[in-house]
Amino acid sequence: MAGPAVAAGPADVAGGQPRAVALFVPCFVDQLYPGAAIAALQVLERLGCRVTVPAGAACCGQPPANAGFEREGARALRTFVEAFSGGERIVVLSGSCAGHVREHAPALGEAGAAVGQAAVEFCAFLYDELGVAAVAGLGATFPFRIGVHIGCHTLRRLGLARASELQLPAFDKVRALLGTVAGLSFAEAARPDECCGFGGSFAVTEPAVSAKLGRDRLRAYRAAGAQAIVSTDLSCLLHLDGVARRAGAPLPMLHVAQVLAGDAVAAGLRVDGRAVAPPATSP
Amino acid sequence: MSRSLPTVGPGASAVPVDHAAAAARFTADEARTDWHDGALWHVRRNRDRAAAAVPEWEALRELASAIKEHTLARLDEYLVEFEANALAHGVRVHWARDAAEHNAIVAGILEAAGARRLVKSKSMLTEECGLNPYLEARGVEVVDTDLGERIVQLRQEPPSHIVMPAIHLKKEEIGTLFHERLGTPAGLSDPTALTAAARADLRARFLAADAALTGVNFAVAETGGVVVCTNEGNADLGTALASVHIASLGIEKVVPTLDDLGVFLRLLARSGTGQPLTVYTSHVQAPRAGQALHFVLVDNGRSRQLARAGFWRSLKCIRCGACLNTCPVFRRSGGHSYGASLAGPIGSVLTPGFDLERYATLPFASTLCGSCTAVCPVKVDLDAQLYRWRQQVTAAGLAGRKKTLLARVAGGVLGRPRLFALAGALARALLRRLPRPLLRAGAGPWGAARELPRAPAQSFRSWYRDRQRRQGRTS
Repeated sequence: MAGPAVAAGPADVAGGQPRAVALFVPCFVDQLYPGAAIAALQVLERLGCRVTVPAGAACCGQPPANAGFEREGARALRTFVEAFSGGERIVVLSGSCAGHVREHAPALGEAGAAVGQAAVEFCAFLYDELGVAAVAGLGATFPFRIGVHIGCHTLRRLGLARASELQLPAFDKVRALLGTVAGLSFAEAARPDECCGFGGSFAVTEPAVSAKLGRDRLRAYRAAGAQAIVSTDLSCLLHLDGVARRAGAPLPMLHVAQVLAGDAVAAGLRVDGRAVAPPATSP
Repeated sequence: MSRSLPTVGPGASAVPVDHAAAAARFTADEARTDWHDGALWHVRRNRDRAAAAVPEWEALRELASAIKEHTLARLDEYLVEFEANALAHGVRVHWARDAAEHNAIVAGILEAAGARRLVKSKSMLTEECGLNPYLEARGVEVVDTDLGERIVQLRQEPPSHIVMPAIHLKKEEIGTLFHERLGTPAGLSDPTALTAAARADLRARFLAADAALTGVNFAVAETGGVVVCTNEGNADLGTALASVHIASLGIEKVVPTLDDLGVFLRLLARSGTGQPLTVYTSHVQAPRAGQALHFVLVDNGRSRQLARAGFWRSLKCIRCGACLNTCPVFRRSGGHSYGASLAGPIGSVLTPGFDLERYATLPFASTLCGSCTAVCPVKVDLDAQLYRWRQQVTAAGLAGRKKTLLARVAGGVLGRPRLFALAGALARALLRRLPRPLLRAGAGPWGAARELPRAPAQSFRSWYRDRQRRQGRTS
């Protein structure tokens, strides 16, 4: 397990050349969460990046690969490497997809190695390369208590926060970004980095344990007083949202980008058409 | 008394393990699942506290991993050194190629000594080899003397955990078992009283035993001695009384020196139970006067695993059980759902090497969350190895025709952006238009546990193309 990436100094966002960024919106985000992808695009543009969205790739190949079908997913990874070989930073709107590209693209030769090096998860890019101060400049407001859900690969493979197993100084890049948002407070659930149970194909090959994990996670967030769950990974939210709605107890679920973009508040935080009220006493 | 678990290795039963089905049965009792999950999480928290008290914890893990990798890379040399030093102390050393040879060697030693009553302290290796039923079939009385092992032996079931064999049982269930088997009063479930009853029963068996068998935690090449870590003193009592001591060990247990041993002793109990050390750390180096001491070194697939490029690091495992305690799937599916002598992440990495077909579902009994790798005191890359086994399972055609076909189709669609956009638009249209009950029925295992996502009218890429067109017009 690689340790946390060493934070690079914040880029000069205000002045100088705009940062060229290729945004990768993973297959299921493209189809199911366009709002989160639009928010990510807007955040990057407002932070001074010149963002392109290459059209030539839909998927990084992770879903079949994690299910044991790496060869079947190879075509997707190859098209990804071809489409994203422009030399820009590749910002990936999913920790597990970023991890997959970083780990497996280098097997595809020189171009793959370059793409693997260039691929970075959205929050990691914001924290490491644009800096918390620049993100604070977005001026987002979100007057709610949120449960933070960092996907397991984002946490342990990419090292965006110190995992609870490790005896190292604590740090958390995701909470650092969200901490810049006015009115937002954290509902800290028990077992801070317990898996939500999605696990890609695990969700359908082991539905009983997968759903049980989802119920347990939701219970922990609710017990901590979370009014919404904010995640680095929409795949976790796809699962948690499905479990919550099946139980008849939906919770608002958002990507970090949506909170930073401020659009969640502009649109009102709603679940099933009903507005969620901010806490009576703002901390 | 025979157990329901087959041994691993030649002659093992070939009925494939269906982990998902066993896990579904386990989670059907949600309250009990919560209890099991909570009990193991409690141990994980004890481990966290113990690890946090050692400032150089991460450096120790790194060092332990490096020592094990070095030793495994020169395993032949260290084994020969260990054997030579053990022989020099009057130990009789035996080599077993597989489980069958191990069992035959043990039976041969007992027969030559005229031993009919064997007391055993904890040994996962003898579980792996299926020693108990083998000896019982030959008229040897085998008594497991570790309390948890004794409980599962009386229940005629295999242990469910490497270091806590009866963690799946509540004290009331043990009370009922002891009432039936040991004659304790009905309804007695006080752990101290139950333990006293087990001790009283075991004491007579210790005194009557002709031979004692122990597992081994570490074998030290430079001394030729073995180290047994226990909490109950049962290994010491057994070996102190019996005139024959057999220590069975896998060939991966060897460490080069006593200095190296110290690194592992600092990690083992802290990782496993949160104790600084196990209550007893017993060094066995030579037979005492009048006693015969045998070391049985067992391969049983280990040299095969050592030759597998992607999997040899699994042999670093020191059997602390930390990966089981932290595994969110193990905590909610129980040790028996793995259908193997070793459960949890380490079991799912080691057992497919014995019989890929039988254990094909185990590498998939994981969300690949990586918590196992992060707690492992010797840094076995468990989640990466699970991923690799998945590739081997599908390459061997063991994923089933339906799944394989589905993966080919999915791979083809995901690798063709235009086809994907078309398929995505179609799927969203269906999600938006079809009635919910029909969708739920059509959503298979996903829909059994969760609602399907709400489908937006437009995909991101479609929105992005529109925006670029708009920007093209305005610029």
